[in-house]
Amino acid sequence: MQLAVLGGFVVAGMAPLLHRWFGDRTPLMLALLPASMTIWLLGQWPAIASGETLLLEWAWVPGLDITLNFLIDGLAWLFAMLITVIGSLVLVYTGDYLRGHRDLPRFLVVIIAFMMSMLGLVLADNLVTLFVFWELTSITSFLLIGFNHADLSARKAAQQGLYVTVGGGLALLAGFVMLAVAGDSWSLSELTTRGDTLRDHALYPPLLFCLLIGAFTKSAQFPFHFWLPNAMAAPTPVSAYLHSATMVKAGIYLLARLHPALGGTEAWVTCLSLVGAVTMASGAFLAIQHTNIKKLLAYSTVMALGTLTLLLGIGTPGALVAFVTFLLAHSLYKGALFMVAGILDHETGTKDVTHMGGLRHVMPRTAAVATVAALSLAGLPPLLGFVGKELMLETVLAAERYRLLIVALAFVAAFLTLAVAAIVALKPFFGPPRRTPRSPHEAPAGMLLGPALLAGLSLLLGLAPGRLDTLVAATVGGLGVVDHEVHLALWHGINLPLLLSLASLALGLVVWYRWDRLRAYLARLAPLMARGPEAGYEALMAGMVAGAEWQTRMLQNGHMRNYLIVTLLTLLGLVGHALFFRHAPNLDASLDLYLHEAVVAGLMVAGAIAACVMRSRLAAVAAVGIMGFSIALTFVLFSAPDLAITQLLVETLTVILLVLVLFRLPRFATLSTPTERVRDLIVAGLCGMLVTLLMLSVLTGERLPRISDYLIANSQPQGHGHNIVNVILVDFRALDTLGEMFVLALAAIGVLAMLRFHAEASGTGRIPQRESDDG
Amino acid sequence: MEPLLAIAIGILFAAAIYMMLRRSIVKLVIGLMLLSNAANLLIFVSAGLTRGGPPLVPQGMAAPEGVVADPLPQALVLTAIVIAFGVLSFAVVLVRRAWEIVRADDLDRMRDTDT
Repeated sequence: MQLAVLGGFVVAGMAPLLHRWFGDRTPLMLALLPASMTIWLLGQWPAIASGETLLLEWAWVPGLDITLNFLIDGLAWLFAMLITVIGSLVLVYTGDYLRGHRDLPRFLVVIIAFMMSMLGLVLADNLVTLFVFWELTSITSFLLIGFNHADLSARKAAQQGLYVTVGGGLALLAGFVMLAVAGDSWSLSELTTRGDTLRDHALYPPLLFCLLIGAFTKSAQFPFHFWLPNAMAAPTPVSAYLHSATMVKAGIYLLARLHPALGGTEAWVTCLSLVGAVTMASGAFLAIQHTNIKKLLAYSTVMALGTLTLLLGIGTPGALVAFVTFLLAHSLYKGALFMVAGILDHETGTKDVTHMGGLRHVMPRTAAVATVAALSLAGLPPLLGFVGKELMLETVLAAERYRLLIVALAFVAAFLTLAVAAIVALKPFFGPPRRTPRSPHEAPAGMLLGPALLAGLSLLLGLAPGRLDTLVAATVGGLGVVDHEVHLALWHGINLPLLLSLASLALGLVVWYRWDRLRAYLARLAPLMARGPEAGYEALMAGMVAGAEWQTRMLQNGHMRNYLIVTLLTLLGLVGHALFFRHAPNLDASLDLYLHEAVVAGLMVAGAIAACVMRSRLAAVAAVGIMGFSIALTFVLFSAPDLAITQLLVETLTVILLVLVLFRLPRFATLSTPTERVRDLIVAGLCGMLVTLLMLSVLTGERLPRISDYLIANSQPQGHGHNIVNVILVDFRALDTLGEMFVLALAAIGVLAMLRFHAEASGTGRIPQRESDDG
Repeated sequence: MEPLLAIAIGILFAAAIYMMLRRSIVKLVIGLMLLSNAANLLIFVSAGLTRGGPPLVPQGMAAPEGVVADPLPQALVLTAIVIAFGVLSFAVVLVRRAWEIVRADDLDRMRDTDT
């Protein structure tokens, strides 16, 4: 399977080539890839159904505990099936939706790459591998939302989706690292067996927080929900696939996967229940304000994602059964509805439901499919959506914490969703016909196949929910609930959930009937809505740009001395801290000196200071010369004759060079203010003091064994030289000396080139050759 | 003697950094010279000082008698002195070219690379 997933990326890369050969038939051919994976997965069904867990091993970086192991249990199987089945249908759908589109090859590359990333995400057993696939889905989602890259709003939406999900991805990475540290393993299958250790670990609160941020951003939970409706700028196959059936469920998948390891604590139940319930109600509430069919569906997806989070938060076996059923039902009907929305857009040229009407006459098959899928969305019998919703209401009514609040929010979400379903199914297809930008026809077969199949499944499974018992039991097994008797049924008798459903049906129909007036009323709330989480995101982005500008102006201002000061202050801070707090500086050095030595040192210092304060350049150069000759004298006094000779020669040459070259320049002018001079003096003085202290610590500190003893002992016997310094230079470290000669030759060439250039430019032909033999 | 030289080196470093923070480009070059000298001396002194024991092997012997100065830092410093001179001569010619073109000794007036 790993090979299939990795090979899938190769196939993605080959899509443009295939397109050149096969043209518009390419999507159909590529659909064979996920379809064959579906068949493979079906082959594993008997094992999965009996509660087994398949572990496909594949070492990747053994030294770092990173594997490409795939773990297939009921949960992973269900997700993988959704990805491959809906993926195949979406590719078939794309074949007609983007027929003849100029950028079809690019689309195919990215969507196949996404498909494989998503498969990798749900199958990966290793946290690092999971994270890599997680980020790949974010990146491919970015590329797909921005598919129409000539459109500014699509680009902005793509960027927003990327920032929100990748920002969450960073938190997720931190969470994964903490999780691996706390659980002492990078393997999900091992971590899920260490729940008790993890829940009691000191890192539990921060790691839970980071993981929840990651999952909530990916799955568009409040307050990060705003990117999902904007992502509807993508072509409809993408909305149907990534932004309703698969990618946005990655966060939910992760929460479900980690439920056995982290779930059940106070923090888990509170966070997931409240965030889920608020997302659920706000998603449904925001949905009914829109007339764009894709936005309507997107907000109802937000509502569904909230529901799933809520069910995971409640976390009882019953809640998990409801979770799996609702997840499956939602993927089926929402995929179908998005594809129907794409058909409507494709055929009528508008996405606004208030501009459509009476389409059942021209496209009866689409109308039938849409009605079935919408009934499932509404949660009406005899569809799978009804089974899912009844189970959800039952669970919510039995919630142990925040029951009243959750039930109220769930009820609001239920009747608003019903209204959304009515709007989506009834507005375009029923009522009087309206003029649309394009004259509509029945959709081509390829575009009808997907939604028809998904809606048909919703209906069949709704009529016989018992068929799902084994699947749900196996999936719940992956969530850590073993041996739970699962029995799904359409009819539970007359109970409280059914009464709630009836009430929501009535209220939902009222909302649908009064929709236009309700929208007009809600439009007055627009100023309040403008202060929502999306405004926070915009402010954050603007703040980031302003912050970057500010720090660039502060730090990258082009003034060399400012860079120098920042560097020096950093050095002072770090080294000074280490010196004083790690090794208290040792200052008890014995002072033995002779007068002449002290005089030489004094001359050296006097020369350096004079070089700084002289107003004339020549005097400054002379002062530097005095310092250089004093250093040569120091070398003489302390047994370094070679150094002394070299220093004398170089110092003489330097002074000559400076006098010759700098002679033409003007006197020093006073360029800086007194304040600047005082500031520079303080920085320079502190650096000098730091160097002195460092040296004193070094001098009184412990000596390491000297390499020099070897050099001294072997200079004559092996190097055949009596001057040890010379032997080191030309024998022991001969390669260094060779490198040094190269440097000098380069400097000489540079000097010569600059002087020649000058001569040619000014035409005087005056070329001082002397500097060319510096080395 | 080492503590005294340590203080002297500190002053040399301070003088070098002060000069490198000036706006005048000639002063910057002088700062560079002070800095390379100070660094050379730092390496030399850090290894410890020895009076009257140059690292030479007397004729006819395989190793020097008695205590001699550490030859390794001397070899390093010797390399450094020569390299510093190469860098300096390059920098000085560069400064002169800059002066001929910009006619300014002020770093703040060299705002772009298009002259």
